[in-house]
Amino acid sequence: MKGSAVKPVSVRLGGLAVLVAVAIAFPQVFTNPAVTNYGVFALIFVTVASAWNIFSGHTGYISLGHAVFFGSGAYAMGIAAKDWNINGTTVFALLPLCAAVGAAIAVPFGLIALRVRRHTFIVITIAVFFIFQLMAFNFSFTGGSSGLSSPFLSWPSSGYNTPFYYIALGYAAGTVTIAWLIRRSRFGLRLRAIRDDEDRARGLGVKAMRVKLTAFVLSGAITAMIGAVWFYYINQVEPQTGFDPLFDLTVVLMAFLGGYGTVAGPVLGALVIEPLTLWLNTQSQFSGGYLSEILLGAVFLVVVLFVPRGVIPTGGEWLTWLRTRGRPAVLPAGPPAAAPDAPAAPTATDTAVGSGGAR
Amino acid sequence: MARQIYEAVVDGILVGGVYALMAVGLTLIFGVLDIINIAQGVLVILGAYLSYSLSTRAHIDLFVGLLITIPAMFAIGVVIHWAFIRRLRGTERTSMTLLVTYAVALIVEGILYKLYGANNVQLSASYTTGSLHLPGFYLPYIYLYGFLLAIVLVVAIYLLLYRSRFGRSVRATMQDETAARLIGIDVNRVAALTFGIGVAVTAVGGMVYGATNAFNANSGYDLISRLLAIVILGGLGSIGGALAASVFMITLESVVTIWYPTWAIVVFYAALVLVLLIRPNGFFGRKAVRAQ
Amino acid sequence: MTALLRTAGVRKAYGGVQALDGATIEVAEGTVAGLIGPNGSGKTTLFNVITGYERADAGDVYFADRPITNSPPDKVFAAGIGRTFQLTRIFPRLTVLENMLVAAQHKRGNHRRRAHELLAFVGLGRHASLLAGSLSYGQRKLLELAYVLIADPAVILLDEPAGGVNPTLINHIAGRIRELNDQGTTFLIVEHNMEFVMGLCATVTVLESGAVVASGPPDIVRTDKRVLDAYLGADLADDEEGDADGAESREGDDEHASE
Repeated sequence: MKGSAVKPVSVRLGGLAVLVAVAIAFPQVFTNPAVTNYGVFALIFVTVASAWNIFSGHTGYISLGHAVFFGSGAYAMGIAAKDWNINGTTVFALLPLCAAVGAAIAVPFGLIALRVRRHTFIVITIAVFFIFQLMAFNFSFTGGSSGLSSPFLSWPSSGYNTPFYYIALGYAAGTVTIAWLIRRSRFGLRLRAIRDDEDRARGLGVKAMRVKLTAFVLSGAITAMIGAVWFYYINQVEPQTGFDPLFDLTVVLMAFLGGYGTVAGPVLGALVIEPLTLWLNTQSQFSGGYLSEILLGAVFLVVVLFVPRGVIPTGGEWLTWLRTRGRPAVLPAGPPAAAPDAPAAPTATDTAVGSGGAR
Repeated sequence: MARQIYEAVVDGILVGGVYALMAVGLTLIFGVLDIINIAQGVLVILGAYLSYSLSTRAHIDLFVGLLITIPAMFAIGVVIHWAFIRRLRGTERTSMTLLVTYAVALIVEGILYKLYGANNVQLSASYTTGSLHLPGFYLPYIYLYGFLLAIVLVVAIYLLLYRSRFGRSVRATMQDETAARLIGIDVNRVAALTFGIGVAVTAVGGMVYGATNAFNANSGYDLISRLLAIVILGGLGSIGGALAASVFMITLESVVTIWYPTWAIVVFYAALVLVLLIRPNGFFGRKAVRAQ
Repeated sequence: MTALLRTAGVRKAYGGVQALDGATIEVAEGTVAGLIGPNGSGKTTLFNVITGYERADAGDVYFADRPITNSPPDKVFAAGIGRTFQLTRIFPRLTVLENMLVAAQHKRGNHRRRAHELLAFVGLGRHASLLAGSLSYGQRKLLELAYVLIADPAVILLDEPAGGVNPTLINHIAGRIRELNDQGTTFLIVEHNMEFVMGLCATVTVLESGAVVASGPPDIVRTDKRVLDAYLGADLADDEEGDADGAESREGDDEHASE
């Protein structure tokens, strides 16, 4: 893997500002609810994918059970609102409760699941997911197979989407910011070290379980909150929508498509995949589920097998390659010329037992 | 009550034997290729549907139909390996292949859904409804036949692994892929064939499952949940472990179903969690293969 | 001179193989000590036991006269014993600088300046923002040494620092070891490269089948019959040590091909 060329900071900040401006202006420009609906869902999933990536992208432990948090947040919101008879906008005060629910689930979940090796971890997340789906179907307080519905908010129907859009935007922006901050922090460094070589990181003093669990709980809490928002947006939750087997694979696809482990990757992935998924669901031949499954599976295979590092990183590399037509001299990160006192780059003469990069 | 438990235990052992066959396929795939094949569940359903089509369209007997479905599933397994799994390399291979097989499972499920619709079906033949009348309870013939067939195949796999040249290559690859390559074993071929075998057993599992349960394209999830729990409990890569865990867990579920039919499947998850808390490598782990 | 690091009768078995059979070594403070022996003699296992990556079946490990037997690796590292691995272990997706920071993260404070200093010291100064995965094999060895240093260990265990590396780099590494030793760091080095060991180490301990067969200054050890036995097998031990020098490792490897 080559080090990547760094764009000047001013360009990146400028691009970010434009993006934010566009995001804020979006529902003002496109007032058609059908369009803003795409916006809301896209932003919800930007949040979900970024939250997922905060844990899975950094630690390398791929979770296929985040639907547990999403659905739990949705159900928690529904149950609390119904039991405590909360209507109107005060319902949003319940969001911290949903985050707490997500965190409370994540702790025992993580303590069990994070002790095992990576592939077993994935299996456990799948198992826990099915447990929760089963519980949602069978407990009476979750409404059984008909699920729960939310009281309607008394907003005018023409502007219904807009507040949700901005709420989702707030969450998306917040989550991405948290992800960015983590990446630059010591905590993030520990997470990434765990991903590369957990044993060695432990040997150097990194408290692996504590670090992993913290990221897991954070990721779960955020996902639960946005699940609650989602519930209120579509006004209902059922076991198969709150705990949807396709949910996690879709999120994984988003992260991989955009660039697994990067901050911008899940954002890009969600912005591409979610509107596409939504659109497919409106096309009548795709509803009834099975074609979207096949498509999801197929696209996933294509991405994982051919673009495993994600579109952003791979695209970036292609662009760089195109610019330089494969000549390494232009890349600042290429093997530097050996200085007289630094025998650090005699790669050609190394009688290396193992090769430098690939394994 | 005692009669119910007795019946549940016997049923559990018999059905457990069939699950053992499917679990052995799954654990073999992990042992040789380091892959957790999430698609195993839905492939069982595919096998069931194949038997269904052969039975309803071509009027071929369920057991006779296996002569077609077993090679067919074997071929499908080899194709899946060749198309999707072969190209994955690197340190996170197991996690990646898990995602890939998950995606394959979704695709197969979608295709089955499209071809067969959402309605539940069940395989039937003259013997699927009949039971053997034993003192105290009835033993469905299909359970018995399925169990016997499963035992035969498990023994066949065992013989293949321990008495044939191919089997030696497989075991060598399981223990040390690099060393196997060094002594001239075509590891890719071994991998492809092993994957094929691992999937081929789902033909039998599918037929028996389909004859004893109503199923549709969605039924794969329950199956893979059980199979994953079984192979992890028995230790990924351990054949003997898969066998023991299958019989034990299915019997346990069978007994629990008497009192809690909807929640019985939770025993799998509970057992999984418990075992992983105590022994993260399952009970047998991969060492068992070396010892055999 | 006091023994800063010592083991007493360490035993460790894997299945039927007795990897360590009463290994007793002493490393005096401020020395560069070598640990040699044929393949399979237990050198890396001993390192693993000392640094907590393996548990000893019996015996003890003492650091500054305090027992640290079976302490976990992070405690051993925090106590002041650093260690590199035969198969270099770095964090490939982190930058070179970040690799350094991970090793320093258990201590408070900003370590960037020290990290850069150490990188410059080993010769990787200009590569601080490169991804560690893009480094060559030799560069990785230097990085591993550097990040072990950032914790200011009193003792450093080096597992084959010269393995698979070209002569220029070997001299560079040897030079860095000498400099660090001058500043007071104690070293225990496992190596097959006899020139490297004999030229650098004040004392050499020879391990064979998990136990010490000889220990002392390099000149004495290299002519000790038991050592030659260990490496070459009894029949060849009568050859003069002169031509066994360079050929020693190779023939030793042939004789004891299993690991």
